[in-house]
Amino acid sequence: MGKDAPAPETPLALAGREGRRRVVLSVDLAARKLGLRPGTPVAKAQALYPDLVLMDADPEGDRLGLEKLALWFQHRIAPIVAVDAPDGLVLDTTGADHLHGGELPMLKDMVHRMAGAGFRAKAVVADTWGAAHALARYGRAPIAVMPPGNTASVLADLPLEALRLPSPIIEGLATLGVSRIGPLAAMPRAPLALRFGPDIARRLDQAFGRIGEAIVPVRPVNPVEVSRNFAEPIGAAETIARYIGKLVPLLCQGLDERGQGVRRLDLRLHRVDSRTEAIRVATAMPVRDVKRLTRLLCEKIETINPGFGIERMVLIASLAEPMDRRQTVSSLIAEEEADVSDLIDTLANRVGTQALYRFAPVESDLPERSFCRVSAMAPEETKDWPEHWPRPTRLLARPEPVQAMAELPDQPPLFFIWRGVRRKVKCADGPERVFGEWWKNDAELTIARDYFRVEDTSGERFWLYRAGDGEHGETGSQGWFLHGIFG
Amino acid sequence: MTAETHKKPGLETLRAAISRLEGHSDRRRTVLPFGVREIDSRLPGGGLALGALHEVAGGGNDALHSAAAGQFCAGIAARTRGKVLWIVTRQDVFAPSLKQVGLSARRTIFVEASSDIDVLACFEEGLRHGGLGAVVAEVARLSMTASRRLQLAAETSGSLGIAIRRWRRQTDAADFGQPTASVTRWRVSVLPSLPLPVPGVGRPRWLLELIRARAGECADFEVEACDAKGRLAPYIPVADRFSLPAALADRPDQEAVGERRTRA
Repeated sequence: MGKDAPAPETPLALAGREGRRRVVLSVDLAARKLGLRPGTPVAKAQALYPDLVLMDADPEGDRLGLEKLALWFQHRIAPIVAVDAPDGLVLDTTGADHLHGGELPMLKDMVHRMAGAGFRAKAVVADTWGAAHALARYGRAPIAVMPPGNTASVLADLPLEALRLPSPIIEGLATLGVSRIGPLAAMPRAPLALRFGPDIARRLDQAFGRIGEAIVPVRPVNPVEVSRNFAEPIGAAETIARYIGKLVPLLCQGLDERGQGVRRLDLRLHRVDSRTEAIRVATAMPVRDVKRLTRLLCEKIETINPGFGIERMVLIASLAEPMDRRQTVSSLIAEEEADVSDLIDTLANRVGTQALYRFAPVESDLPERSFCRVSAMAPEETKDWPEHWPRPTRLLARPEPVQAMAELPDQPPLFFIWRGVRRKVKCADGPERVFGEWWKNDAELTIARDYFRVEDTSGERFWLYRAGDGEHGETGSQGWFLHGIFG
Repeated sequence: MTAETHKKPGLETLRAAISRLEGHSDRRRTVLPFGVREIDSRLPGGGLALGALHEVAGGGNDALHSAAAGQFCAGIAARTRGKVLWIVTRQDVFAPSLKQVGLSARRTIFVEASSDIDVLACFEEGLRHGGLGAVVAEVARLSMTASRRLQLAAETSGSLGIAIRRWRRQTDAADFGQPTASVTRWRVSVLPSLPLPVPGVGRPRWLLELIRARAGECADFEVEACDAKGRLAPYIPVADRFSLPAALADRPDQEAVGERRTRA
């Protein structure tokens, strides 16, 4: 809504027509707290809550917005994305979650990105579209990965609205006294079908995975795409590899004509039983190299389940970026730095992009905040860490408390006990005082740490600190911690 | 090459014949010298062989933390050219410390693998690529088969591979005695630093044990830890200290340009 948006604490409701009545269609969190629910007539809502802001619902605009969001998800997350009207998206993430470090990190990333854009989203991975739809809307957790094969028990307690049934059927079932999915699934089918039509059985079967449900993905605008139909369905890994080898050069030719390189490449395999398998590979830089793309795709063949055979293969460059020809450095001027981006891509497709990084300096005196992870191919930063104090090779993830005895206020410890071993300190450097970052957090306004580099009698060197300055109680607990180990 | 071997051409021919049988006849072995005469003279070729797998483990408590072993490897990697791939299963490397032995954070790409199998796969992939200066991996178990694969990958591409052997428990460290196909095997233990005339900690010192060297002999060295360019220094007792400047002079920081990958 841009500048015209009301403040977040004002209750807001969207109104629209339902039959001949004007009713509230959706409400925000503030309005929900007041007690307003969707379905209330507009006149009643206005009478009850005078400061309620009412706006007209725009279903067409919502649908277009969702489609845009679906395309964005297709670029970033998974190859098969469709709009799950009116308020959701459905993704087939099989073959794409490895790029995000697994299913749970992928969901967290999605919800986090949506939160960054100002949306509160819920994300669920389940065996079927129906189950995921139900859990995302009526489950408790905002992020959940349902273990495979548990659909029936997880869905049993959810209300009937979760089943994507038209509201007359739900009302009809409510008069029969059925309000949960579990009891409904246990009822005999024939009388239900006679009274309510085939919808109930279909939706139940879809949710439990007894019948398939195709996800018709959104299509990016005018992508580079090549496909191949097979007269006889194929299934062997070698055959798939051979046809990948035939499709990739065609795709690269298409990319070449447009001057583009691929960042996300999807291979969709349409099976004879009308299911679609998909694999996705990602690259750090735009790539148009036939050999490299073929290799990345072929490494993923083992994740494909060909079923009774594959009758059509489609290769789509879901995310393509402009790629310029580069002049190679002449050996006369300088020796060329070896290009490792192909290695990065190979490794990223094996361990995930998050697991591949460089460290970059952050301007902070607190050791645990003095670095951040940046992507392996990120442009090189110019800053560097200050070098006036030696830093330990290993930094413990969490400082470990040690028992120590030291003279106050600023002497290094005489001995300390770490993991049950008593070590006598032979010599030490310090203190190096580090203050809390009060501009980040009020609690850090007064705290201080005194770091010491100590060497024990056997020659092992450690990084210890005292939480506090040794004089003022408000600067910390004055306890000792071990934070790092020197080489 | 020491003086005696030049006197015996027969021995030289025999060596050439053996190396032909071993399958690397058409390649001149290139090495990365430590710049410390005592160490380089003990290593065949006069330095750490490039295009080979080396193993490093920490001694004593350092078998678990690999702080000294890690710093030793970072010092070696700092003296190579090109990017460095560093593969770990649990990340506890403190990046500013790598900078302090000359290995810039801009050169070091970390891979956090979830299992030992993934570590070995990434290790092999990195060695096979050939464009990296060094590939360092922290592994616990390294079987003969796995190390043989890594050694072959390093031989074909000419990359330097270093396996930091790091275990979860002290009892597992006995695994370091098992045979592997690595070319050299080192154990790095910390030694007390030299007492300074003022309060403070002096330059760290290590005991480097060369436990195994293919076509070479085992040896122990007492050295001073890597400096800001990744170079070790020989330990010289206080009494002989006046000769130090001469020993430090004229040592290369990095392997010379164009020394790498002279494959026929």
